[in-house]
Amino acid sequence: MSDKKRLDLEYSQIESDKMRINVGPQHPSTHGVLRLEVEVDGEIVTEVIPHLGYLHRSFEKHCEKMTYPQVMPYIDRLDYISAMNNEWPYVMALEKLMDIKVPEKVDYIRVILAELNRIANHQIAVATFGLDAGAFTPFLFFFRDREYILWILEKMSGARLLYNYFRVGGLAADVYPGFKEDCLNIVKQVRKTNAEVMDLLIYNSIFIKRSANVGILRPDVAINFACSGPVLRGSGVKYDLRKDEPYSIYDRFDFDIPVGKGEVGVVGDCWDRNMVRVQEMEQSCRIIEQAIAQMPMEGDVSALVPKRIKPPKGEVYMRAENPKGDLGFYIVSNGTDKPERLKARGASFVNLSVIPEISKGYMFADLILILGSIDIVLGEVDR
Amino acid sequence: MGLLNKLDDPYEGGGIVLGKVEDLLNWGRSKSDWYLHFGLACCAIEFMAMNASHFDFMRFGTIPRTSPRQADFIMVTGTVTFKMADRIKVLYEQMAEPKYVISVGSCSNCGGPYWEHGYHVLKGVDRIIPVDVYIPGCPPRPEAFEEGMMLLQSKISKQAIFNKRKKLEAEL
Repeated sequence: MSDKKRLDLEYSQIESDKMRINVGPQHPSTHGVLRLEVEVDGEIVTEVIPHLGYLHRSFEKHCEKMTYPQVMPYIDRLDYISAMNNEWPYVMALEKLMDIKVPEKVDYIRVILAELNRIANHQIAVATFGLDAGAFTPFLFFFRDREYILWILEKMSGARLLYNYFRVGGLAADVYPGFKEDCLNIVKQVRKTNAEVMDLLIYNSIFIKRSANVGILRPDVAINFACSGPVLRGSGVKYDLRKDEPYSIYDRFDFDIPVGKGEVGVVGDCWDRNMVRVQEMEQSCRIIEQAIAQMPMEGDVSALVPKRIKPPKGEVYMRAENPKGDLGFYIVSNGTDKPERLKARGASFVNLSVIPEISKGYMFADLILILGSIDIVLGEVDR
Repeated sequence: MGLLNKLDDPYEGGGIVLGKVEDLLNWGRSKSDWYLHFGLACCAIEFMAMNASHFDFMRFGTIPRTSPRQADFIMVTGTVTFKMADRIKVLYEQMAEPKYVISVGSCSNCGGPYWEHGYHVLKGVDRIIPVDVYIPGCPPRPEAFEEGMMLLQSKISKQAIFNKRKKLEAEL
């Protein structure tokens, strides 16, 4: 069973000095400004201590000082790769608190944009994972396609990366003419590139040798560490908020939850986590296709947007399935137009906590790969 | 610089360039800048897009370096926090002269959206290191990166190399 790559060395028996290496905070492979204090025995990692706070941007302080609509841009900047998905639980929480039922068209546009952004996020994740493993071409392929997705999101919201597009009770702007055709073209393009990348990267024997049987995260460990998203699903746990706790209109779509099966190695290795992301892109394509077919074109998307957002006293917790995992917002309202407290539960932060557990005993180069397979965004880790 | 255009000069035989050595050196320097990419936050994602298929940053002659000792300029992309500020200063000081700095995005220009309440955010990277080019935007579009790079190149191509002190004194 199992950890074939974990070397069967008894560290205590070999007389060798352990060395502490500092990875980051300025390092091209740490996916941001993460600093890892690594203790190595020769080339083998014996201990990893992540140090956080290099991108602490005072998120909660800003939430206390800003009004509800003003908080939205800061929420974009949490997980800046998938900003549309970030905004969603926040507006859903406020809608729950203020008891607003959004029109159907708004829900469909939200689903389509969130799934488009999910594809864009997974493209970056798989591309940079390939980059960590030494494959540069998939990076170029994915970024070419991601640019097309960003064009749609830019046409909708006016920004390429940080959108500030969702509103409580609606959206900032309606769809543009030709939106549906653009989305269908994207879906076609994404599928084409994924088929190419399957040969180029995923089933490439070098890549399999590099990433299979590395960084094995067992399902029980993943659950104990409260992992979510592709990290949890890569370990074979079928858990997706879109299915298990359907919010918005996700119960109307027919899609599968891809889980890691240990196709080339052990369930829960780096390859599985990566594969789950590639398969999720296909599922997102399916959701987009169904949503476009069902989407009504009549109706005003900003009709129900309140002029002044002043939720009643109370507290609310709302979570949604982000590309990285569960993102939850806990809002305490004191009846004014500013939140009393706003706590974000970031998936990246929780998923990062599993790194010291799963990277012990592997080679140092594998540590970088494990970190890439977790797909963290430091904006969400440090907040 | 248009150095090659001068090759059509009507001097005998052609192929002779009359010019200053300074111009030649600056022409070479401005067209092959290696950079230390200091990816900090959201702008770094736009910078990744800038490096990829559609925009191709390398056509400016830039190559990403991971060591400050091999870099000509440093690209600070994102929010500079107090915890990170020391590192930026250390890495900047490790670079060999001549060195330049491009500050990308509102956050590293002036603090950006974190200006007012960001108790842990440095209000502009120019408070710790001298900045040559500021690229505005939150995050800037890839086209803005191109503009910023061209600005830096035009700045480098006008640099004084010989008698630097004399020229500076004349300016003052």
